[in-house]
Amino acid sequence: MATSANPYDLPINPARESNPGWWAMVLIIVTEGMLFAYLLFSYFYLGSMTIGPFPSDGPPKLELALPNTIILLVSSGTMYWAERGIRAGNQTRLRLGMLITLVLGIVFLTIQGIEYSHKTFTLQTNAYSGLFFTITGFHGAHVFVGLLLNIAVQTWAWRGWFTAERHLAVTNAALYWHFVDGVWLVVFFSLYITPYFR
Amino acid sequence: MASTTAPVPLPERLTRIWETAPGLYGVLATVDHKVIGKRYLVTSMIFLLLGGAEAAVMRAQLAHANEQLLSPEAYNQIFSMHGITMIFWYAAPVLSGFSNYLWPLMLGARDMACPRANALSYWTFLMSGVFLYTSVLVGAVPDRGWFAYAPLTEAAYSPGLNMDFYAIGLTFLSVSTTVGAVNFIVTLFKTRAPGLSVNRLPIFVWGTLTTSFAILFAAPALTAACVLLYFDRRFGTHFYDPALGGSSLLWQHLFWSFGHPWVYIVVLPAMGIVSDLIPTFCRRPLVGYTLVALATVSTGILGFGVWVHHMFATGINATASSFFSAASMVITIPSAIAVFSWLATMWHGRPVFKTPMLFAAGFIVLFVIGGVSGVATAANAYDLQLTDTYFIVAHLHYVLIGINVFAVMAGFYYWLPKITGRMLDERMGKLNFWLMFLGFGVGFFPMHTLGLLGMPRRIYTYADGLGWGWQNMWITIGAYVFALGVVVFIVNFFWSLVNGAEAGSNPWDAPTLEWATPSPPPPYNFARIPIVASRHPLWEDRINEGTGRSVLETGPMLDKGRDTFGTTPLDAEPDEILRMPEDTAWPFFLALSVLVLAYGLLFGVIWLAAIGVVGLFISIIGWFMPSHEPTLTLET
Repeated sequence: MATSANPYDLPINPARESNPGWWAMVLIIVTEGMLFAYLLFSYFYLGSMTIGPFPSDGPPKLELALPNTIILLVSSGTMYWAERGIRAGNQTRLRLGMLITLVLGIVFLTIQGIEYSHKTFTLQTNAYSGLFFTITGFHGAHVFVGLLLNIAVQTWAWRGWFTAERHLAVTNAALYWHFVDGVWLVVFFSLYITPYFR
Repeated sequence: MASTTAPVPLPERLTRIWETAPGLYGVLATVDHKVIGKRYLVTSMIFLLLGGAEAAVMRAQLAHANEQLLSPEAYNQIFSMHGITMIFWYAAPVLSGFSNYLWPLMLGARDMACPRANALSYWTFLMSGVFLYTSVLVGAVPDRGWFAYAPLTEAAYSPGLNMDFYAIGLTFLSVSTTVGAVNFIVTLFKTRAPGLSVNRLPIFVWGTLTTSFAILFAAPALTAACVLLYFDRRFGTHFYDPALGGSSLLWQHLFWSFGHPWVYIVVLPAMGIVSDLIPTFCRRPLVGYTLVALATVSTGILGFGVWVHHMFATGINATASSFFSAASMVITIPSAIAVFSWLATMWHGRPVFKTPMLFAAGFIVLFVIGGVSGVATAANAYDLQLTDTYFIVAHLHYVLIGINVFAVMAGFYYWLPKITGRMLDERMGKLNFWLMFLGFGVGFFPMHTLGLLGMPRRIYTYADGLGWGWQNMWITIGAYVFALGVVVFIVNFFWSLVNGAEAGSNPWDAPTLEWATPSPPPPYNFARIPIVASRHPLWEDRINEGTGRSVLETGPMLDKGRDTFGTTPLDAEPDEILRMPEDTAWPFFLALSVLVLAYGLLFGVIWLAAIGVVGLFISIIGWFMPSHEPTLTLET
């Protein structure tokens, strides 16, 4: 057994996808994903209990939401590109990729804000309007947290603190960002697409 | 590198590496799982005493018909706080205390996988409890029950901050519970001693593992329910308001989607305590280890498919009710497997009835009674007669006291000698057991018959001449005898700290790894990391289990830093060294920031909430800031 030899031949805290920090991020994503699942359960449950149209004023328009979805998907691609870059030791790819991701994330939130301002209902109008703003707002808050993580990690990236061997913070920030994008697809499908099927 | 030249003995070398800094900084910054575990145990026991005091006042009010000791409003506050305190701030945290203290010892590791997250989990637990109990100082105590059914909790019917304390406090506690659960799962995946494969884990570890997964999937339901409630109350949304498309049943669906898994969260580790303790006192391995481990996991999974059995009386349709009724009955199968395994272990062994074993035996009796009344209430037709009566109160106390408190007491008598280094007194222990066991039977069994006679639950008093009076007096006496048992335990604890016999490393001649360390264990747990060859490393010579022998005295030292092995998830092959983080106060500041945020949200003070959010982000960045010296990078 390896342990009978010198145990210090084993690597110390190697940055790979089995590190405790990586596992912790995966599990946090699982529980955050469940939070969205319960919110969407509330949406579908109240929808199924409603007599008459749901949403009350017809399905939401896609003209802003669809391009915005594509923007968020692209930002996942740029984050992936950045994270793969540092795995190969490429600092430029890391910095550039994270910067583009940051910009795309800010664009997403801005467009989301514009869409909010076009809505004819408010948080208080009825249960549907409350759920619409709560679920998309919760998602927006997750995007915001992802952007703050991005800013922190990017600051460290520009200082050159990450290497091909040590970049767990980048991997975790990327993982979180992909989660935020993935959960948007589910939210988008539930809130924007399913009303067209009713 | 001085350590290689200076001839400092190994234990001293390791102590220097692992011990917590002295002074206030050490108090706030420690990441030692044993310190955190002890804090969890003490804090949750204080909540038990608070909840117990509330129960005592309630029983005084209910002892006679038309008693005027409490106003209806005061009764509502006290009965709500009793439920909230016991279920959320005692029952699960006390088990987290045992798990925090024992897991690394049982797993042959030097700490939990995420020691700083461990500290965060405790601080948020403590501060959320402080937050909840400031409701007493403000005079706005939650008063709509621990279940907080909408629409009674909506702003129109429950003005004041009372239920805001509830909604924010429980969301706050969820942070603690979730962080703790993540840490347990990662610890299991990463930091078991070489050779401690999953089929060699103590059942207690299986219990906490199952519970931790259940928390990840269930806790967000409560968070969602509480967030929606807070929005309804404070921002005028209509989630629970049927007039504008909401539904008061949405609260019940979300609450019980969380609530029923929570029942298993507070009993599975407790069942694990008993499964691990019975073999020690029966002098033989557990009968059906694999079946019990599988039963534990399957109970945790089935627990997610039964929530509607709390809602049979809400007018839900018959098909759904039948499904959930059947699903609830299925849970009897894994439960019965566990019970028969305990009985078979006792039957085939030679039981020695020391205090821990007495509590374990009492636990089995109460488990069976609570289980039978559970089957009764799972039957849809029967439940419609019993719901909202004292029968339900009897059932839930048989479950929560029988399966949680009795196991916790067994656990204390069993493991406190490990924690304090002193044996508890046996005579006081036996007195403690009999007071609690008889007091419990006298106090809670008649609640079944009261329920059948039609006494509704959640009432602050009742009319004379219904024939309930003498039984209620009887129950109150039983409850006070039970409380006396708790007092004997506290006396025994403090008395034994000074006068108890030295425990030595393994006073019960038990089989598992935690008993291979001195009592109390040093900061580094194991001077040499054990290499495990069987399920009972300390009984190998006697029961001749497996082929090899565990290595306890001559294993690897890992003395170049705060190091422990990182091992593979299933077989526990070491594949890396985990250099653990030093003491840090960031978890404390993070928890403090959440507390500030919680008060900001409660009082609607934006700047206070903003300070909390800023503190939160500063703490997170300070915590995760990577060191730019490559050899010292410490992440999570």
